[in-house]
Amino acid sequence: MSTLPTESPQMLNQRQTAIVAPAITRRARRKRHPHRWVALLAIVFICCGFILPFLWMISTSLKTVSQTMTDPPQIIPHPAVPGNYWKVIISDKVDFPLYTRNTLVIAALSVLGTTLSSAVAAYGFAKIRFRGRGILFVLMLSTMMIPFPVMMLPLFMIFRFIGDHTPLQMLGTFRPLWLPTWFGSAFSIFLLRQFFLTIPDDLGEAARIDGCSEWGIFWRIMLPLSRPALAVVALFSFMWAWNNFLGPLLYLQRPEQYTLALGLQAFQSQQGGTDWNLLMAASMLVMLPVILLFFLAQKTFIRGIATTGLK
Amino acid sequence: MNRELRQFGKGMAFLSPWLIGFLVFTLLPIAVSFYFSLCKFDLLQAPRFIGAHNYTDLLHDQTFWKATWNTFYYTAMALPAGLLVSLGLAMLLNVDIPGQAIWRTIIFMPSLVPIVASAMLWMWLLNPRLGLINVLLARLFALLHLHVSTPPWLADPRWAMPALALMSLWGVGNAVVIYLAGLQDVPVELYEAAELDGAGVFGRIWHVTIPMVSPVIFFNLIMAIIGALQVFDVPYIMTNGGPVHSTYFMSMYLYDNAFVYLQMGYASAIAWIMLLIVLALTGVAFWSSSRWVHYQGK
Repeated sequence: MSTLPTESPQMLNQRQTAIVAPAITRRARRKRHPHRWVALLAIVFICCGFILPFLWMISTSLKTVSQTMTDPPQIIPHPAVPGNYWKVIISDKVDFPLYTRNTLVIAALSVLGTTLSSAVAAYGFAKIRFRGRGILFVLMLSTMMIPFPVMMLPLFMIFRFIGDHTPLQMLGTFRPLWLPTWFGSAFSIFLLRQFFLTIPDDLGEAARIDGCSEWGIFWRIMLPLSRPALAVVALFSFMWAWNNFLGPLLYLQRPEQYTLALGLQAFQSQQGGTDWNLLMAASMLVMLPVILLFFLAQKTFIRGIATTGLK
Repeated sequence: MNRELRQFGKGMAFLSPWLIGFLVFTLLPIAVSFYFSLCKFDLLQAPRFIGAHNYTDLLHDQTFWKATWNTFYYTAMALPAGLLVSLGLAMLLNVDIPGQAIWRTIIFMPSLVPIVASAMLWMWLLNPRLGLINVLLARLFALLHLHVSTPPWLADPRWAMPALALMSLWGVGNAVVIYLAGLQDVPVELYEAAELDGAGVFGRIWHVTIPMVSPVIFFNLIMAIIGALQVFDVPYIMTNGGPVHSTYFMSMYLYDNAFVYLQMGYASAIAWIMLLIVLALTGVAFWSSSRWVHYQGK
């Protein structure tokens, strides 16, 4: 099933940081490739293609409307108009500061919920032996294959039902967006379980002999040792909440509840798609926090993504 | 026995967050959806059982066939291209070249961009007259003395779908990182042995790299199948299914039936067909995997 359990957490860390920081692998560097200059040329060319859209986005966001219409286009806008960003922030069509707050509230609740509940369940899958565990684990993994569009209609109906029959209003509130995250996500449980398996059982046994309960072992030994894996899960659930479009589209009804993803789309459809400069400035604003987060937590990101493929 | 029961209780206690979530937010919705798919249900009146009527109606529904065809058409373009490009990029990025960390970051960055923001960006890039892509293409055509006009991309039914597939290639970074992790596990001795046997670059790729990373290819294939079949956000934002339904996907027809036409039963039948297609395709992938996926040490 996996190659992870045989490795210590340190080894895991080392190998996976090697993906971003080649310096670590230098020790075992293989013979220099004779065609490496061909590879370098190819990669530089391709990277230009990958980075051009970003430059185009930045360039457009600093133009006036008439500057976006020139042919040939100005690559470096002259004069540059950084005021576009401010115009977007104080726009009366969309309330980006409010949408940012909404998105952050939902994201915070999702991060907390996903991380805590997934860790608890992952501990059950990794460290407690009981009948039926294997089947339940396979069942959990297979739920990852259900496309969300298949679930959206019945989920909508279930939330409507709960709203109609209990005092808890669901539709038109943030609840349908974060409540399900408090029941674990299959992907996060899988990731944390893989990590827990790399932590030797002896630690838990020793604590158990000292009279520590199972929950105590989980809470006081497992969790502190698992910070890197918990960080991966927290980061991914934040990204997911920040980027989620279909969820808010389904459940949120009033514009003052919109998230950034939804607000950005509303901004585009409201202004009819002519002011590309403002639209690009708005897109930049939605994108920047994520890019910043990536540069702050680069290793955590790469480690997490690399682990998902190691099945 | 007593001990075993206690272990079971403990296990269930720890699994309970997931178990409850699974029952309420996965199993129940699927069951409800199946029941709805056998009903006429417009949200105003209670669901009325009508048997397989929704499914037989779907068979005669031109729009449904169009949406299904589009979904497969997109999958047939974006999936193989994505797999090839991501594996090729990972192999290039695995070669020991100067600036490796920078190139890796550049390839990965687009997959971080929130989907709505990247949809906005690509609408502008693909703008037929002012977009960067056509500006550059026009230059290239002029340079080569080609007298062809640039494609109208999203404004033309023939070009809209290829445009979406092209855009999907920008976001292959995730898969590239997964491949890179796999490539770093390939033992160097295997390449050396192949080289001694006279294998060239492509021989080594075909006989060493591909078989050794085949489990990762398999994983990315499964993820790509699921991802391609449920595409919604990008066409919904960029084209809203147009022009003339050329980018109208199954997921969008499902959404429209459910939340625009309020035909909940009919929409549920579409959901179930979608689920069956995903299961069938991943099933074929799993079934074929014993022929081409090689696990190390097994």
